[in-house]
Amino acid sequence: MKKFSRILIVASLIFTACSSEDEGSGNSEVDTFDRGAMLENWADNIIVPSFDNFKSSTQQLEDLTIAFTSNPSEENLVALRSQFESSYLNFQTVAMFDIGKAEELNYRRFLNTYPLATSEVESKIAGGSYNLELPSSFTEQGFPALDYLLNGLGETDAEIVAKYSSENYRNYLLDVSKRINSLTTEVNSSWQADYRDTFISSTSSSSTGSVDKFTNKYIMYYETFLRSGKIGYPAGAFTGTPSPINVEAYYSADLSKKLYLQSLKTTQDFFNGKYFNTSQTGKSYKQYLEFLEKGDLANDIISQFGTINSQATNLDDSFKSQVETNNTLMLVAFDELQKQVVLLKLDMVQALSISINYVDSDGD
Amino acid sequence: MRRSITKYFNSYTEAAPLAVFRIGFGILMLASIIRFYLNGWIEKLYITPKFHFSYYGFEWVKPLGDFTYLLFIVCGSAAFFVAIGYKYRIAIITFFLSFTYIELMDKTTYLNHYYFISILSFLLIFLPANAYFSLDAWKNSGKAFQKIPRWCIDSIKLLLAMVYFYAGLAKLNSDWLINAMPLKIWLPSKYDLPFFGDLMQQEWVPYVFSWSGMLYDLLIPFLLLYKRTRFVAFLAVIVFHVLTRVLFPIGMFPYIMIISALIFFSPKVHHQILNKISLWFNINKVKFDNNLLFNKSRNRKFKISVVAIFFLVQLLFPWRYLLYPNELFWTEEGFRFSWRVMLMEKAGYAEFKVVDADSGKRFYVNNSDFLTPFQEKQMSFQPDFILQYAHFLADHFRKEGHSNIEVYVESYVGLNGRKSKPYISADVNLLNFDDSFKHKTFILPFYDEIKGL
Repeated sequence: MKKFSRILIVASLIFTACSSEDEGSGNSEVDTFDRGAMLENWADNIIVPSFDNFKSSTQQLEDLTIAFTSNPSEENLVALRSQFESSYLNFQTVAMFDIGKAEELNYRRFLNTYPLATSEVESKIAGGSYNLELPSSFTEQGFPALDYLLNGLGETDAEIVAKYSSENYRNYLLDVSKRINSLTTEVNSSWQADYRDTFISSTSSSSTGSVDKFTNKYIMYYETFLRSGKIGYPAGAFTGTPSPINVEAYYSADLSKKLYLQSLKTTQDFFNGKYFNTSQTGKSYKQYLEFLEKGDLANDIISQFGTINSQATNLDDSFKSQVETNNTLMLVAFDELQKQVVLLKLDMVQALSISINYVDSDGD
Repeated sequence: MRRSITKYFNSYTEAAPLAVFRIGFGILMLASIIRFYLNGWIEKLYITPKFHFSYYGFEWVKPLGDFTYLLFIVCGSAAFFVAIGYKYRIAIITFFLSFTYIELMDKTTYLNHYYFISILSFLLIFLPANAYFSLDAWKNSGKAFQKIPRWCIDSIKLLLAMVYFYAGLAKLNSDWLINAMPLKIWLPSKYDLPFFGDLMQQEWVPYVFSWSGMLYDLLIPFLLLYKRTRFVAFLAVIVFHVLTRVLFPIGMFPYIMIISALIFFSPKVHHQILNKISLWFNINKVKFDNNLLFNKSRNRKFKISVVAIFFLVQLLFPWRYLLYPNELFWTEEGFRFSWRVMLMEKAGYAEFKVVDADSGKRFYVNNSDFLTPFQEKQMSFQPDFILQYAHFLADHFRKEGHSNIEVYVESYVGLNGRKSKPYISADVNLLNFDDSFKHKTFILPFYDEIKGL
């Protein structure tokens, strides 16, 4: 019996020693894939530079909004609009990184929830009092609000500018623009401060480790925001009826396809481990799959990205007119995007042995 | 032959091992229920979902809203009463019914371990586990017996042996032995384990684990039965289950199996354990040592027949898959309730298309509108789930005003490292099929072969 109790004690010691959550350090063995290095590449060469770049962009956006609201001229409107378009495009390079501060702040939902609740926006402008920090105001701010305020208030630039003789319009526009900039500043500085280290040091294989966690985010972004948000909902893939109002940047003339392509490029570059704004590449999913002898799968994914891109050349610059004139092409785009979901969410995740479900239940 | 059978059923042994088993089982079950609650799983798995996947024939078993908590309280209390052996018969029946009800509420959560608990508690209904070292026996000396029929203890050994042996048989296939799948996928992802992390990356490791796992499952019942190997076998039980606990999210099961394996030891060991417990709780154990033989109860024949039929069913049930065509791992027809554990890394993706045949309108379904991520995951690679969900969707969209509805699914499944393949015929209206035990003809062929059992 004594022997037994001793064995049981030793066994339970092993239990506690091994099953305690261990953050673990990056493996530096030659024959193992270095996830720490992959996380470093993600952070240092992709995420941080993207946010840094976007931060300057939203700063300029705020500056030009101030210029416009202090002097609402057509010239200033044109300058602001062009900055808006470039910032919206830049947003597509960071939208995917819904982790850390961005996740905590609901960053993406504040910056880009569409369609915009136009009547709410109008009544808030008319009332002159509002709180853009409330979660209930997701649909009343961000880029969709700017899109409306800069393009949707009148037929001509003169008509739009005329609206800004009202102080309420000027204030709202400025508040929306400032909020985009301040939220971005917050997220950017958390990456500049200690979040980068937190992110890359969390190499654990559990669902709380950075690789698992971000891969879930990556696939969710691809499926929900790229496939459904930019193509599926406008095309009515889930209702059977095309819905132009669901187009991203609905009030801009030819922006929606550019946004789509930029978002697509971001997911594609991320898969390949391509640095932000340079052609260099580092470790990412592609290299990870190749290490696991799943080079075929990596090639399939890359070639599907190619197919999606070439299909996109058939699409109208304005998705609004695309769904109104020939929605079939939008549905074809959806189907091509869909094929990639299967490769990413099913094959890739299985190969990497990452759990895609957020429920922590037992297994057999 | 006949005489030796009669003789066997009339032979007696110490009741102590069964008492230890009862206490261990009761405490672990109580702990499991509490753990389940503390993990927030009652809410997550049974209250949050809008829709539940039922077992065929048990569609009437549904979560009870907030009363589901009450169900867990009943189940946990029953486990406690089993442990202390108070009103044992009522307690174990209550436990069996409430636990089984919980498991039947949603097959999304199916685990072989839970099934094991269900049938084990069923078996325990027919065993006099309260004859010794229980509150029942303490309070009523008429119910206290130091000796019980031998078959009572042997039946638990047999059940344990069966579980292991069948789990071992299920591993005799080419994916497990030749390709070391799915361990080849699972082990390298454990790179952050202390000490073992780097080892898990070695190519030979999954093979060693696969083969030793298979040998362990097939041999351990015999090694535990045989006196001279018993102690080493028990060490192996501890090592094996500790290892699975460390490597996989496997919950309470390893502890249950380790404690259960104690039943194989001689009564002497169990008396020592009970002495320890008596010492801690200041119990006068001698009071139970009355040397009395368990009363032949009037319904003894009935009990033995039930147990015999129970084992016959258990013995045959795992083979039912032979009645179905196609690869078992692919179709999963006859997969559950057969001790096929850890055999597959399988995942799927299923996108449903609803067609309104009157208007010709067609659209895709956003699964997350109806299912939790866990349900969606489980649904996407199991045909019976897919079929039930299709019918649910039809009901839902009929209520929304669509009248002549057809439901199609475009689905892909990846199995043990193979590239994902289409799973269900995309051009089949699933509403033309009702769930049944018959082979589901809308499952596409596997295009590969897994040799073995």
